Amino acid sequence: MAKSDEKVILTTLWSAGCGSHGGCGAEIYVKDGKVVRVEGDRNHPHNYGRLCPKGLAISQYMYHPDRVTHPLKRVGERGEGKWERITWDEAFDTIEAKLKDIRNKHGAESVIFCQGTGRDIGGPITFLMYAYGSPNWVQVGLAGHACYTPRLGAMFATQGSYSVVDASQFLEKRYDDPEWVVPKYIILWAQNPIPGCHDGFFGHWIIDCMRRGSKLIVIDPRSTWFSCRADVHLQLRPGTDGAIALGMLNVIINEGLYDKEFVEKWTYGFDELKERVQEYPPDKVSEITWVPAELIIQAARLYATNKPSSIQWGEPVDAMPAGSVVAQAINHLWAITGNIDNPGGNVIATRSHGVTTYPFSTAELTELYGEELVKNLNEKRIGANDYPMIKNFRGWVQPDVLIEQMETGKPYPVKAAWIQTSNIIGGQAADPKRHYEAMKKLDFIVVVDLFQNPTSMALADIFLPATTICEKESFRSWWQPLCVSQKAVDEVDECKSDWDINLELAKRLTTNPIKYNNARELFEERLKTGNTSFDKLASKGGWEYPPAGPFRPYNRHERGLLRGDGQPGFDTPTGKVEFYSKRYEEWGLDPLPYYEEPAESPVSTPDVYREYPLILTTGRRSPVFFHAEHRMIPWLRELDPDPEFEIHPDTARDLNVSNGEWVYIESKRGRVKFKAKVTATAHPKVITAPHGWWLPETDGRAPNFFSTWDHNINVLTSMGNQSKSGFGGTNYRASLCRITKIKD
Amino acid sequence: MPRNGLFIEYEYCTGCHSCEVACKQEHNFSDGMVGIRVDEVVTVGPDKVHIDFIPFTTRFCDLCAVKTEGGEQPACVKHCQAMCMAYGPISELTKAMEAKPRSIILAPR
Repeated sequence: MAKSDEKVILTTLWSAGCGSHGGCGAEIYVKDGKVVRVEGDRNHPHNYGRLCPKGLAISQYMYHPDRVTHPLKRVGERGEGKWERITWDEAFDTIEAKLKDIRNKHGAESVIFCQGTGRDIGGPITFLMYAYGSPNWVQVGLAGHACYTPRLGAMFATQGSYSVVDASQFLEKRYDDPEWVVPKYIILWAQNPIPGCHDGFFGHWIIDCMRRGSKLIVIDPRSTWFSCRADVHLQLRPGTDGAIALGMLNVIINEGLYDKEFVEKWTYGFDELKERVQEYPPDKVSEITWVPAELIIQAARLYATNKPSSIQWGEPVDAMPAGSVVAQAINHLWAITGNIDNPGGNVIATRSHGVTTYPFSTAELTELYGEELVKNLNEKRIGANDYPMIKNFRGWVQPDVLIEQMETGKPYPVKAAWIQTSNIIGGQAADPKRHYEAMKKLDFIVVVDLFQNPTSMALADIFLPATTICEKESFRSWWQPLCVSQKAVDEVDECKSDWDINLELAKRLTTNPIKYNNARELFEERLKTGNTSFDKLASKGGWEYPPAGPFRPYNRHERGLLRGDGQPGFDTPTGKVEFYSKRYEEWGLDPLPYYEEPAESPVSTPDVYREYPLILTTGRRSPVFFHAEHRMIPWLRELDPDPEFEIHPDTARDLNVSNGEWVYIESKRGRVKFKAKVTATAHPKVITAPHGWWLPETDGRAPNFFSTWDHNINVLTSMGNQSKSGFGGTNYRASLCRITKIKD
Repeated sequence: MPRNGLFIEYEYCTGCHSCEVACKQEHNFSDGMVGIRVDEVVTVGPDKVHIDFIPFTTRFCDLCAVKTEGGEQPACVKHCQAMCMAYGPISELTKAMEAKPRSIILAPR
């Protein structure tokens, strides 16, 4: 309710502020030109008025005294923390001159364009990069590119489209829509959905489904709120998820529990898969995973015999030793049970109205930027020539190849980096010290962000201040409904939106004329492909579902809505869901799924295990932070003040570690300082730690960089473990460590 | 005037902290001050470890007097991501409680 002197603007949250993958409808309360409150929009079908702590704290984020609100240039050495305020004209002129000079001397490909997690930034950054002529779009240091793209690539290869849990999110009336069916079982695979909106999925939709009758199967190395409410909890050894998937396929196939009609009509390669999974009987899988065989059998039976059921999966799937292979095996589970694009199963997710903000496929990149440009640039895209799957799926650089190229200058040198909303050193990168050493040698680095962080302090030559979601216009089509973000207030001081910054620079740097006078014209052109407009969406409260057709569920394979030729079937080489993947085969990969042991584990490196007898799994999410963000926001930090790792009481007792004690977590690669949370929710042989910890209240200058080397768990992870496809293969989720006491 | 309170079906409380930050925002409370806190309760059963979260109203909870006078829900109830909180006359909340195991009523005022 707005007070008499307030106005309310309805908008969609994603991007800086809440920071999250987003999609929530919000009411922005404005008084005297300032945001005074951010609440949930009760009429928005994504969240029905609910909002997470990060959304509720946006006003503290916007008006934080440490926010950078003017362009800055570095005047001391990198890391000295000496900055001088400059005008936007000077900033743009400097960047234009430098980047043109580098392009003339070394080619556009010598500049990398770096983003963090998937938000609206994927739109403006690719726009700028292609205008400049570089193919090198990258999440620097994201080992194995382990964030959703391996899963997307596996689904693209297997079924030609993407699937998510059907929590009714593709239907305007949501849970009341008669077409929707409650999933009988939901498998929560390697994800605790409570803390956020992973991959655009509002975590509490799972609770909505539970209230309507969904039961749970949880696959997670630790006990969670969900696991204690589940019928079955497979508490597996970290890194062995692929074996679980193959073991479940073994049970479902050998016991004849699969959907015979669906398999007969709509799939390819069943016999080959059947033969392959014979290598993974439940007893053997039990030995690999530490999960009792009878629980694996029970989970497989419950899932296969209760249709519709659905699988929700998390980032650890990507991070497995063979991420794109584990994802393929899990995809086979929902396909072999016929839980694909059916109500209550794994529904096919499409961008709303066919509109693109953040390109999720090669097809979308081609639509936006033209076949010739995408194809030509691919010739020089880092990692594309080493990995056919990297080359043929989306437009990313392979980050493990990039770090080597930055170090060796082969096959060509990297000279500059455009880093936009990405904290590489303090969050995203495995082995952050290695990235720091490599990147500080680059000739020119621009950081676009909202706060100083370890990366900007260590590396930036120019700092450009970006806006939060409340100070800019944007649009969102990941997945549905189609949403717009409205500008609720003017930009804080001299901050500019990412879209405005990138459009201005694109005009200055492009080799082809750019027709858009402003970002709104670009939005309108893209929204027009969906037969709608920004104002139309804004006037309807900021969102709209697509009309009937290929963007609406269900059973689109039967109705000829998935393939370019309009024929029934799936958009794959055989027109079927491919258990035996023709695309993997074409890319030089095993067409069938298999299990691969983590590179460092009790099994593969018993010598290391003797010295480092605990398994470390990183990336545990906090409900009040998004990755490396928000540590400076008082309302949020109060709720999660310290970097804490979880350890089982028996293990803590053996090590003489008390609850709340600060200790070192050490691996072969280094050590960091964390506080012990002694809890029975931990597996006795596994410790879990959150990522992205740095202390904004400490010295930001070299060598401290906001204490990032002390508390960034990625000091213990490494690059160069990528799988055969280039997608997946990291030690974020499974490596070996030990705990040592801090002696003063 | 009937007394109002909060009904919380803690079976579904996920410990997401939205109620706490919603409360801080609504009242602009300073550090350490808040109208509601969520505690984690871990218990070890014979076959599994259980995690429950229990919200508890503090002495600073005014049941969002300004919001509710205008006919709105308290900030914590509105933003609860699990939708496990309700606001209303205690006499009515006790009726809801009859049907819901693992629930509490809080009467902070």
